[in-house]
Amino acid sequence: MIEIKSVTLAYQDRVVLRDLSLGISERRIAIVGANGSGKSSFARLLNGLTLPTTGDVLVDGQNTRSHGKDIRQNVGFVFQNPDNQIVFPVVEEDLAFGMKNLGFPKDVITRKTDEILARYNMSDLREHPAHLLSGGQKQLLAISGVLVMEPDYIVLDEPTTLLDLRNKRRVTEVIQALEQTVILASHDLELLHDFDRVLVFDEGRIVADDVPAKAIPFYIDRMS
Amino acid sequence: MDTKSIVYIALFAALTAALGLMPPISFAGLALPPITAQSLGVMLAGSIAGARRGGLAMVLFVALVAVGLPLLAGGRGGLGVFAGASGGFLLAWPISAAVIGFLIGKSSGAGFLPMALKIGFGGIIVMYAVGIPWMALVAGLPLTKAFTIMLAYVPGDIVKVILATIVTRGIRRAYPNF
Amino acid sequence: MLDLYSPGTSPIHRMSPGAKILVMMLGGTGLFVFDSLPIACAAFVCVLALYPVAGLTAKQAWAQIRPLLWIFGIFFALQWWLSGLTVAAFVVIRLATLILLASLVTLTTRASDMIDTITRALGFLRPLGVNPAKIGLAISLALRFIPVLAQITREVREAQKTRGLERSVIATAMPMAIRTIKMADDISDAIESRGYRP
Repeated sequence: MIEIKSVTLAYQDRVVLRDLSLGISERRIAIVGANGSGKSSFARLLNGLTLPTTGDVLVDGQNTRSHGKDIRQNVGFVFQNPDNQIVFPVVEEDLAFGMKNLGFPKDVITRKTDEILARYNMSDLREHPAHLLSGGQKQLLAISGVLVMEPDYIVLDEPTTLLDLRNKRRVTEVIQALEQTVILASHDLELLHDFDRVLVFDEGRIVADDVPAKAIPFYIDRMS
Repeated sequence: MDTKSIVYIALFAALTAALGLMPPISFAGLALPPITAQSLGVMLAGSIAGARRGGLAMVLFVALVAVGLPLLAGGRGGLGVFAGASGGFLLAWPISAAVIGFLIGKSSGAGFLPMALKIGFGGIIVMYAVGIPWMALVAGLPLTKAFTIMLAYVPGDIVKVILATIVTRGIRRAYPNF
Repeated sequence: MLDLYSPGTSPIHRMSPGAKILVMMLGGTGLFVFDSLPIACAAFVCVLALYPVAGLTAKQAWAQIRPLLWIFGIFFALQWWLSGLTVAAFVVIRLATLILLASLVTLTTRASDMIDTITRALGFLRPLGVNPAKIGLAISLALRFIPVLAQITREVREAQKTRGLERSVIATAMPMAIRTIKMADDISDAIESRGYRP
């Protein structure tokens, strides 16, 4: 369960999120909104990358202010730009990074690397240089790098926005099959029909919070 | 050292390598040596990333060249580069970047000339102070003669300093909180 | 990893990087201590002879020297004028020997092995506050992003071509520097999100 308690996020010159309070316990939550509506900032609150100016964010009872590092091990984050989240030059090194940070022993790292590469049909890419991967493969690598850390939650901030259509579809399939709680910020509204809950952001506020069947038409209407 | 610093160090080393890919610019025909954009990377590392991060970025870059990666303009690299006459100049890059970063500090309000002078001091004076003695040693030449040889490079280096100043001031205008 | 290493299995290839560097430094220092033309010539021949021992071709040896011929020419001419033919020959032969010796190390040693040696050696500096793990991360990040920034440089120059600006250093360096700074924020966030504790 993620709790957002009276959270406001403000920078020197502007207020990004205004007095939000809600609890998240569904399995599939979508966040939609125009660019600048605050949805990315909201996403970053959930793993403690960004701390609220006032108010608190609690993940399974832990406050992001005090337990950020622990929370980040349990709330995986996938970013929009495929390139900037692959940290190591070779695929298997990058996959190992998160696991090494968590202190997994070597044989576990090898086993989990094998498993995740096999799951996404990327076994032959094990020793591939990262910069030769396609955008879609990079995003799958990023998602894999997060999954091997065995988080309970995964937050994805527009993971398919920079991908071409075919890669978009592939990554979307992968996201839909994830077993973890998924919080997805996206512009791809068609993907969100199966979600449990959609939060519509506008100018730092949540203007709709409902099932997709209601929230998405509301959002579309508001945008036109 | 925090994560952000480690990333800056790595990226400015990588940026310097990438700048080595740009073709050299000759501006005086064959009369003067051409300028490579790569030594611009040294100046920018100091002026943008700061003394510590910029200096360490150049340590990393020089180490990667030493280790055998073809990161210098023209695809050069390896220990052979250091054995040659220009080895001293390369080894001076970290010091040069650190001095530039130190002199510029946080002063975002610097006018064009003060900043150019600071970059020039680190990028030319300090660099030559290390490079020329090394060259003199390797070539068995008196310092004065080595200095005279290097005079041909000074006009190009002054152009580089001006370019680095323009880019740095442009960045600081775009990112005032940097 | 793009590497100047020339693959092989010679005894020189199999020497440890540390040993090779030590020999190189001792040899180099020796050439400066014993500055006589006969010694320099002997050293030059010895080093050159090591190239076929390492399975390297004459072409590879020549490739180390050829780009520097013009500098050799300047030094030779200057020294001939200043100190005579013997000194001129000595300086050029010594320089060539040093470069060939150093290049021999690079040609017979994988960059990754050199990096391992350095990282291990730096472990001894731990009491001074040196953190080999952070250095390792910085090295990996640099290796990861060199091709990325190289590609971005190409793209920026392509874009500038349409405006006739591909030869302008500023038109390329400014956007490159901005991209680099922006990337730093993203990459930093990604690293922290993967459980890294600095």
